[in-house]
Amino acid sequence: MQYALLAYGRTDSLRDASAPIDDAIAAVLARPYVTGWARLHADESATTLRSSAGKTLLTDGPFIDSKEYLAGVIVVEADDLDGALAVAQELQDARSGGAIEVRPVIEGLFRGA
Amino acid sequence: MALDAVFREHWGRVLARLVGLLGDIELAEEAAAEAFAIAAERWPLDGEPTNPIGWLVATARNRAVDQIRRQQVLAAKTKLLGRELELTPEAAMHDPATAVIPDERLELIFTCCHPALAIDAQVALTLRTLGGLSTEEIALAYLVPFDTMSKRLTRAKHKIRDAGIPFAVPPDHQLPDRLAGVLAVVYLIFNEGWGGRRIDLAAEAIQLGRALADLMPDDGEVLALLALMLLHDARRHARVRDGQVVPLDDQDRSLWNERQIAEGREFLEAAMTREHAGPYVVQAAIAELHLHQPRDWPQIATLYEALGRQTGSPIVEMNRAIAIAEIEGPEAGLAILDRLELDHYRYFHSTYADLLRRAGRHSDARRAYRRALDLANTDPERRFLRDRLAELNACE
Repeated sequence: MQYALLAYGRTDSLRDASAPIDDAIAAVLARPYVTGWARLHADESATTLRSSAGKTLLTDGPFIDSKEYLAGVIVVEADDLDGALAVAQELQDARSGGAIEVRPVIEGLFRGA
Repeated sequence: MALDAVFREHWGRVLARLVGLLGDIELAEEAAAEAFAIAAERWPLDGEPTNPIGWLVATARNRAVDQIRRQQVLAAKTKLLGRELELTPEAAMHDPATAVIPDERLELIFTCCHPALAIDAQVALTLRTLGGLSTEEIALAYLVPFDTMSKRLTRAKHKIRDAGIPFAVPPDHQLPDRLAGVLAVVYLIFNEGWGGRRIDLAAEAIQLGRALADLMPDDGEVLALLALMLLHDARRHARVRDGQVVPLDDQDRSLWNERQIAEGREFLEAAMTREHAGPYVVQAAIAELHLHQPRDWPQIATLYEALGRQTGSPIVEMNRAIAIAEIEGPEAGLAILDRLELDHYRYFHSTYADLLRRAGRHSDARRAYRRALDLANTDPERRFLRDRLAELNACE
């Protein structure tokens, strides 16, 4: 099965986009069962598009305004939820705080980066 | 044995095996229900088969295969498609009279008590799948509308399927944590049973505890939880008299279930010889000490202290305060209670009130009894508290 690991961070934590990925995290991302990943800019860079009465409305900022923001998405291949949770645990151990939401993937296509 | 009782006894084994075969709890449950319905028609006429579990599994599996062949759409949604070969009659249809059906209830209980499920979903699912209670009975037991319980169960079954929660006993490195979760669910069900609801949840929990003790006879905590439940439950008929809760010292001991106490003691002794001795072993040992007259309060206080270190629970500390009050007097117990933050816990206020009363601080005691009354949630408790309050008022 495929799972998406949605890594959330706290908006008040420092986020330096130019800093390289932490070695411990990079090591996990290089594992064969990781089929794709994306590291995202902080949520003040977000633009949200929605439709209202046939018109497109753009807003500056994330769709859900909260203390946590989506910092990255990692797609992994695992036998079952316990397998996916083990990878999430590995990533979480390499991070400083935040949380990781694990979601089963219905279907998807991930081309090489 | 009445057919109902036979069904209840076999439900968990049959369902567990079907989940193992079909890979989907919902499908397995439908198939099992059909097989039990067919059995209800045929067994009274043809007699009970020599291997009822084998018969039920074979019948249910055939039904499931039929249904999937009829609705090929379903096959795509379940893992059955990939297993079609092993399900051909020749390969899988051993003679149901002699087939040995593997016991997969342990896999099933670890699935139902997976920490990725909400605790109320774990409880409901365990009662439904292992306990064989109907959705209606579980709704009744937890005083929630049928629709709410039905949705809770369906949502949990869908999450297990969609999120890929494994049907497996966890590997060694995860086992202690996950087993603690399973035991917590069983004990939660047992404690709910003390409220005197229409469905006997305490008996259900003891049944689950027995099944676990059969399946994991080498685990001290598993045996100790069963011992703990048996020892508590043995006093159930002495706990309420004339609709009022009776404190342990005033209970009519002839109403205690001696056979069950002896059984509880046996499981406790067995538990203490196992390597894995955690909080349930200590709790069962305390429950056993409480059955002696006079009670060995210093020993009880020592065990509560050990349990407090293991669990860090303020409720355990509250119970230690009761033991200390017996040894050193009510003021010593009150000194411990004053350090605890348990304002939401109803037994904290009745305990506090009792020690205040014994210390002669009557107006403080009345206030605490009134707070306990506000929080009490059964009539026998309320009657007991009202009587204590009335006694205090009569003292003035």
